[in-house]
Amino acid sequence: MINPTILVIDDEAQIRKLLQITLESNGFKTTYAITGKEGIIVAANHPPDLIILDIGLPDMNGQEVLKQLREWYQKPIIMLSVQSDEESIVTALDNGANDYLIKPFRTGELLARIKTTLRNNILTESNPVIIYKNLEINFSTRVVKKQNEIIKLTSTEYNLLSLLVKSEGRVLTHQFLLREVWGPGYIEQSQYLRVFIAQLRKKIEANSNVPEFIITESGIGYRFISGN
Amino acid sequence: MLKLNTYLNTKKYQFFIAILSVIFSAFISYLFLPFIGYKSVAIILLFTLSLLAMLFDIGAVLIAATLSALIWDFFFIPPLFAFSISNTDDKLIFAMYFVIAMVNAALTYKIKQNDKIVQQQQQKENTIKLYNTLLNSLSHELKTPIATIIGATDNLQDNATNLSANNKIELISEISKASLRLNHNVENLLNMSRLESGTLQLKKDWCDVNELIYNVTTQLKDNLKLHTVSILIPENLPFFKLDSGLLETILYNLILNSSIYVPPKHNIHISAIQTNNQLVLAIEDDGNGFPENEVAFVFDKFYRLKSSSTGGTGLGLSIVKGFVEAHNGIINLKNKPTSGAKFTIIIPCEIANLNSVKND
Repeated sequence: MINPTILVIDDEAQIRKLLQITLESNGFKTTYAITGKEGIIVAANHPPDLIILDIGLPDMNGQEVLKQLREWYQKPIIMLSVQSDEESIVTALDNGANDYLIKPFRTGELLARIKTTLRNNILTESNPVIIYKNLEINFSTRVVKKQNEIIKLTSTEYNLLSLLVKSEGRVLTHQFLLREVWGPGYIEQSQYLRVFIAQLRKKIEANSNVPEFIITESGIGYRFISGN
Repeated sequence: MLKLNTYLNTKKYQFFIAILSVIFSAFISYLFLPFIGYKSVAIILLFTLSLLAMLFDIGAVLIAATLSALIWDFFFIPPLFAFSISNTDDKLIFAMYFVIAMVNAALTYKIKQNDKIVQQQQQKENTIKLYNTLLNSLSHELKTPIATIIGATDNLQDNATNLSANNKIELISEISKASLRLNHNVENLLNMSRLESGTLQLKKDWCDVNELIYNVTTQLKDNLKLHTVSILIPENLPFFKLDSGLLETILYNLILNSSIYVPPKHNIHISAIQTNNQLVLAIEDDGNGFPENEVAFVFDKFYRLKSSSTGGTGLGLSIVKGFVEAHNGIINLKNKPTSGAKFTIIIPCEIANLNSVKND
């Protein structure tokens, strides 16, 4: 994809300006909308490759805009939010947002999120072996190696790791992980998830106290970072 | 409602005591009547009334005054056991007695009211003083980074041709530092207003305290690079059900505080253990400790150590205390006998039984 187009829906002129300069200087084309209604119209007339959507819009709730967009728009949507708003972030992720950023955010972080979500969209499962630094995961044989040595993972640990790795760079909510790995009856049992994340870190991380692969998104979920 | 009840109770109590005192003085006087004469009894009763006026509200005192006048008339002034007064002299004394009792009550009441006004004024002055301290430290803490940002951007805009590449990089780095400081201060203000508004709702979930402590020290690693930080957490520390966002702020503010006030090259030690149904966190150092006479105040809102240089809002530790207490926990600060200070936090909470989690 050469010069992907990004639609920014945000009512704050300064944030739009900041995003314009950041995105355009990194090779993206940008379009803008100030209100939710306008955003939906712009997205329909000129479907962008990615949408950055502010949760707090003047005319309608960003969540509502997200829902309406998701009725037909398949490509990535990244939400912007102000701090201490974990619930609304989780809701947005449940409603189909691909990722989120909390204001104030670092532009490096923003670009990383955009790259990841765009790549996830074009990446199809082709190569069964993925290598990150000294971690190697073979999805066809279910073998995981650290520094060329096989790590013994229980099947639950493997399922959890494979889910995280397949969505590399993207945040996965606690509820999503619990539902996918343990089943719908377990979505309230977040202590399971924490135990297994801790065990997984001990097995795959160089220093499990300062993890570089499995990153905690406090109050929201986990994100696998490849570091590549 | 509770307040009103106690208020009424004390009022009732006042009336009761006032009436009893009058009856008691009259009774004692009656016993001594053979020696003192009935006119002296009036003086004794007036003395009792003066004491009551100093202690009680005007209502109780007026009732007591009226009652004492009637008692004096009925039991002491001839003819005895009748409200009528035969002697003109006695009539005059009785009238004077009544007036003096009332004036006494009214004057004392007025003095007490004046005292109250003075007290209220003093309270108002204290509030204004606190408010001014708040404004001073806040405006300093908010305006310094803003001034840095405005000054640096002005330089970059107006003076671009004269600035060396190095100068530009430095100015931009100052803008970056200033905005992070501003962000931290605004965060603390928002946290304080969450506490003050009384609408703080805990979002409790299972919390991996080990992870949280390492997470916070990693966030603060630039601030801590001149210190030796050690972390001691037992391998099998269970999960605790609490608001991890608030606990993160608690740890962040405490460790940031240590990084600022513990001199470089000293040790900062962080530990977490479980005792019964409690999480016990400790953050200690071997720095200079706190002045002993200020230890009691460090958690007060806007309190800043007398010796500390400018900077700081005096909000950090009071937010820590507020968030700990929101969990029904306690925090205390002690100077260690050797050197340095130790903050201990005890939070009662549910603990996850990890053995129930099957690993297959």
